[in-house]
Amino acid sequence: MTELKRVVMTGLGPVTPIGTGRDAFAQAQRAGKSGIGPITRFDPSEIASKIAGEVGDDLSPWLDAKEARRLDRVVQFALVAADLALQDSGLTREDVAGERTGAIVGSGIGGMETFEAQARVSFERGAGRISPMFIPMMIANMSTGHVAMRYGATGPSSTVVTACATGTGSIGEAARYIALGLADRMFAGGTEASIVPLAMGGFANMKALSTRNDDPQAASRPFDAERDGFVMGEGAGVVLLEEYETAKKRGAHIYAEILGFGVSADAHHITMPAPQGAGAQLAMRMALRTAGVNPEQVGYINAHGTSTPANDLHETQGIKHVFGEHAYKLAVSSTKSMTGHLLGAAGAVEAIAVAQALSDGILPPTINLTNPDPQCDLDYIAEGAREQQVQYALSNSFAFGGQNAALLFGRI
Amino acid sequence: MAIFDDVKEVIVEKLGADADQVTPEARFVEDLGADSLEIVELVMGLEDKFGLSISDEDAEGIRTVQAAVDYVEKNQ
Repeated sequence: MTELKRVVMTGLGPVTPIGTGRDAFAQAQRAGKSGIGPITRFDPSEIASKIAGEVGDDLSPWLDAKEARRLDRVVQFALVAADLALQDSGLTREDVAGERTGAIVGSGIGGMETFEAQARVSFERGAGRISPMFIPMMIANMSTGHVAMRYGATGPSSTVVTACATGTGSIGEAARYIALGLADRMFAGGTEASIVPLAMGGFANMKALSTRNDDPQAASRPFDAERDGFVMGEGAGVVLLEEYETAKKRGAHIYAEILGFGVSADAHHITMPAPQGAGAQLAMRMALRTAGVNPEQVGYINAHGTSTPANDLHETQGIKHVFGEHAYKLAVSSTKSMTGHLLGAAGAVEAIAVAQALSDGILPPTINLTNPDPQCDLDYIAEGAREQQVQYALSNSFAFGGQNAALLFGRI
Repeated sequence: MAIFDDVKEVIVEKLGADADQVTPEARFVEDLGADSLEIVELVMGLEDKFGLSISDEDAEGIRTVQAAVDYVEKNQ
């Protein structure tokens, strides 16, 4: 095994309910903006949760007519996010063509809108009428495939599908290909477009979603005593990862270095976190250990912080176990309070938030935290964005299925 | 002419082709940029529009706009 290469983030591509593109996303975080509102994409009257974080931005500048028609919304988000990341990195399409660039752009579910529409065709008109485009529009690895096709990037290619840990897992796995010397650059991240009846009904009937329908902007309230579930969001986050020396040589702006990665399983329950966030603790410890960073050196944690009663409690407990007394000294926030929960895209969007926090010296807030749960007693940056320069930051993502992922980032 | 217009409408919808390009002699693959999956969608679209059932063998022979119009006129 050769010596591991260093991996840095040089391009950020967020497509989120609070803003599309690096600057719009950063400004919205600083302002503590909520992207949550009543669902407009379909009539949600039969579903308990009638609110979501929809992407309102017009995607047509990035997609030609055929792409707009032929690609599920989940892939459209991924391509816009990839274009934004590429543009932000200062690299050209020619630079990312060929075998030294790869892609891992996952999704928790895949093309849910297509799935629902074609299931209806099958039931109403028979399986013989299902569109030949159904499978290529729906399968979860297609975002990776389209990103690779868009740029002719023939290097390492894979897809992580770990529900709400997808975005974090994708970046961690992609970083390894660069660390191993198998690629110089990777498009990495996650995408999700599940504000459709089939998905909303499913999550709502699990009692996982907030039903604060009369006050959408206050519905995502991680760590608050009155939190009542997560709020569905949609969008994508794609980052351009690059081998450090290559990035430095070309004078790229480096947002952050990917220093450590941890993945683990609760092996406990299909949806409930393990007591005391045991699996989450293991992922956080792995990320610290692979980075060679002590818990006391970490200044900020971008929490999974979904706003469900169970997650926020067990995550807080897990952080206390890993960080001890230092848990009360570091800052923690959940940007899901603003964006809602983008499922497979969440970890990637949050990695972008962390990269910006490290690069700009501003930590994003947890909004709507007005009445803290007594058992959630850490510093969640509830008073608004904070000017603070930290050297090391952690980002957590936990998934149904008990899969946990954590990334450790460092400032360069 | 009515059939041509109806066929054209299906082609524009299924292949995303510009209406101007859909001339009688236009070939689906070479001129209108269709791939194999889009050809399947086009054939299914013609079946829906005209209440037809087009066999795979027949579909093989429909390569141009005029061929589609002829097929519909003959089999409708």
